[in-house]
Amino acid sequence: MTTATPTPARSTPKRSGSSASWRWSDRLGLGLAWFLGLLFCAIAAAIVIYFLVEGIRYLRPNLLVTNPAPGVSESQTGGFLDPLLGTLILGAMSMAVAVPVGVGIAVWLSEFGRPTGLARVAESAVEMLAGEPSVVLALFGTILFTVGQLGFLSQTSHGIVLGQSFFAAAAMLSLVGLPMVVASTREGLQAIPSHVREASYAVGKTKIATTRRVLLPAARPSVITGSMLGLGRVIGDTAIVLLLLGGTLTFQAANSTPLLGLLRGTGDTLTGYIYYNAPTGDGNQPSKAYAAAFVLMLMVLAINVGVDFVVRRSQRAVRWS
Amino acid sequence: MDRDAYLDHDPDAGFLEPDRRLSQDQRAELGLGALVCVVVGLLVALFVFVLREAWPSFAHNGLAWFGGGGSVDQQLQAISTSGDLKHAPVYTFHAWPLIWSTIVITIGAVAIAFVSSLFIAVFMVEFAPPWLRRILEPVVRLLASVPSVIYGLAAVLVLVPFIGNHLITQNEKASVTPTIQLSGSSLLAAIVVLTVMIAPIMIAVFADGLRSVPRGWLEGSLALGINRWRTFWKVGVRTARPVFVAGTVLATARALGEAVMVSMVSGGVGFAPNPVDGLIFFFEPSRPLAATIIAFTEELSSPPMKHTLYAIAAVLLFSSAMLSVIGWAAKQPMRRYGLVP
Repeated sequence: MTTATPTPARSTPKRSGSSASWRWSDRLGLGLAWFLGLLFCAIAAAIVIYFLVEGIRYLRPNLLVTNPAPGVSESQTGGFLDPLLGTLILGAMSMAVAVPVGVGIAVWLSEFGRPTGLARVAESAVEMLAGEPSVVLALFGTILFTVGQLGFLSQTSHGIVLGQSFFAAAAMLSLVGLPMVVASTREGLQAIPSHVREASYAVGKTKIATTRRVLLPAARPSVITGSMLGLGRVIGDTAIVLLLLGGTLTFQAANSTPLLGLLRGTGDTLTGYIYYNAPTGDGNQPSKAYAAAFVLMLMVLAINVGVDFVVRRSQRAVRWS
Repeated sequence: MDRDAYLDHDPDAGFLEPDRRLSQDQRAELGLGALVCVVVGLLVALFVFVLREAWPSFAHNGLAWFGGGGSVDQQLQAISTSGDLKHAPVYTFHAWPLIWSTIVITIGAVAIAFVSSLFIAVFMVEFAPPWLRRILEPVVRLLASVPSVIYGLAAVLVLVPFIGNHLITQNEKASVTPTIQLSGSSLLAAIVVLTVMIAPIMIAVFADGLRSVPRGWLEGSLALGINRWRTFWKVGVRTARPVFVAGTVLATARALGEAVMVSMVSGGVGFAPNPVDGLIFFFEPSRPLAATIIAFTEELSSPPMKHTLYAIAAVLLFSSAMLSVIGWAAKQPMRRYGLVP
C-alpha cells in the first residue's frame, strides 16, 4: 500500500501527518491527482516539443518570404508570406475594434451600469458571445456583409456581393476577441477599491475624468492581458477565416486602390493555410503545414509570455489600501 | 450626485431640472450605454438573422428535422443540386446522424475532461509542490490558447494513423467494409483531441474557483484533524461546485462549436455510429453538426443548401445559448457567498 503513492508525503512539508496514515481512498485520490497532473504536463510537453521539432525541421527562411503558388510538389508551392501577413493584418484590425469597444463596455458595466436591467442583459450578452461557436458567427457575418448597405466592404463579382473581405472577417473576429477584453478589464476595474474613486471625486474630478485618469491607468495590466488573450483567440480562429476571408491562400485585392482594395479583397491566414495543407485539406503538404503551425505556435507562445510578463509586473506594482 | 441627476433625467421629472444641458459625465454615460446597446443589438440580430435564414428548412421538415431516416449525405446532395435546377427546391433533411455524432463526441470529451480537470485543478491549487505549480499554471494557459487547427493537424498526422494502423484490426475493418471504412478518423480520435483541447479551459476555470475558497474554511477543517485530501475534497471542492458547472458549461460550448478541428479528425461521413457494434463503435467515422457547416460552405450559393446550413447553425446557436444560461444560473449561489465578483 505504501508503494502506491510514494511522493505525496514529501510534497507536504508544511503540515504534519504524512499521507501514509490516510485512508486508502484518500491516498488513491491523491495518487490519481499526481498522476493526472504529471500526465497533463507530459501531454503539453509532447505537443509543444513535437511542433518545435517538426517546425524546425521543415521551416526554411524562404518559406517566410515567398507566396503560396499552385503546384504539386513541395518546391513549387512556395511559402506562406501572404497568410502570415494576413494573420497580422487581421489580428491588428480585429483588436483595433475589440479593445476600445471592450474597454468601453467594461467601463460602463463596472462604473455606470444603469439601468440595472440593461446592465444585466449586457453582461449575459457578452457571456453568451463568448460561448457562441465561431462557425455560427461566420455564417452570421455572411448574412451581414452580403446585404446591400454593407456590400461596399467586400468584393463583388458581376453585381453579386460575396461578403468575403478583411473587413468582414475582422468585424466578426472582433466579436470573438471582445468577451476576453471585457471580462479582464472589468475584473481589473472591480479590483480597484472604492476609496480610490472617492479620493478622486473628493478633489473635484468628474466620474469620466476619474475613469480616464485614475481607473484605466490602474487597470492597464488587465486591459493588456485581456487584449492579448483575445488576440490569441483571434489569430487561432479558422472557421471565420474560411468563410469570411475566402481562404484563397494569396491576397486577391478587390481593385487596385492601394490599401482599401487589399482590405476589401480576400486573403488567408496561417490557420487557413494550415487547414489547406493538412492531409485532410486540398493542398495536402504536411511539411508546409508543420512550418506554418510552428510559426503560429511561436506567435501564441509570444503572446503567452507577454501575458505572463504583464501579470507578473502588475503584481509588483501598487497595492491599494 | 451625478447619479441622482441621471435618475431625474427621465422625461417625467427631467424638465424640472434647472440645467438641462448634459454634463460631461452624462454624455460619457450615454455614449458608453449606446455602445453597449449596439453590442446587445448585434447579438439579437445574430439570433434573428440566423433563425430567419434557417426557417425554410425547419418549416419543410418539422420535427422530422431532428429525426433519423435515410442517408444524410444523400439528402444534402439532393438539397444542394436542387438549388441549381428550375423546379422546386428540395428540403428533406433528417439530421439525426449529425446530431448523434455531436452528442457522443461532446459528451465523451466533456466527461473525460471533467474528471481529469477536476483532479488536475485540485492538484494544481493545493497539492503540487511550488516548483511544479510554477510550471503547471503557464502550461494550462498555453494549452488553452493553442489554436484548434494545430491540434487538428497533430491529430491528423499522428493520432489518426496510429488508431488506423495499430488499434483497428484487419478483421474489424473487413466486418464493416460495405457500409463505412475504418481509417482511423473516428469518434475516438475526435473525443481524444477535443478532450485535450477543452481540458485546459476547464482547469483554468476550476482552479480559479478553488483558489477563491476562503482559507479559513479549509483551516477550520484541518484544525479538526481531518487530513488535507479529505479537507480539500469535502470543503474546497464542495464550495466551488457552482464554478465546476460554469467551467463545464463553457467547455461544452467550445466542444459543441468546434468545427474545423473536428472536421479534420472525425471522418467526414454522415454516418451514425452504432453502439451495438461494440468496441468498433469508437472507431467509426461520423460528422458532427459544426463540421458539416465547414464541409459544405462552398455550396452556400445554393438557396436550399444555405437554409439547411443555417438551420444547423441555429441548432448550435440555440444549444450554446442554453448552455450559457445554465452557466449563468449556476454561478448565482457562488455570487451569494461573495466568492465570485
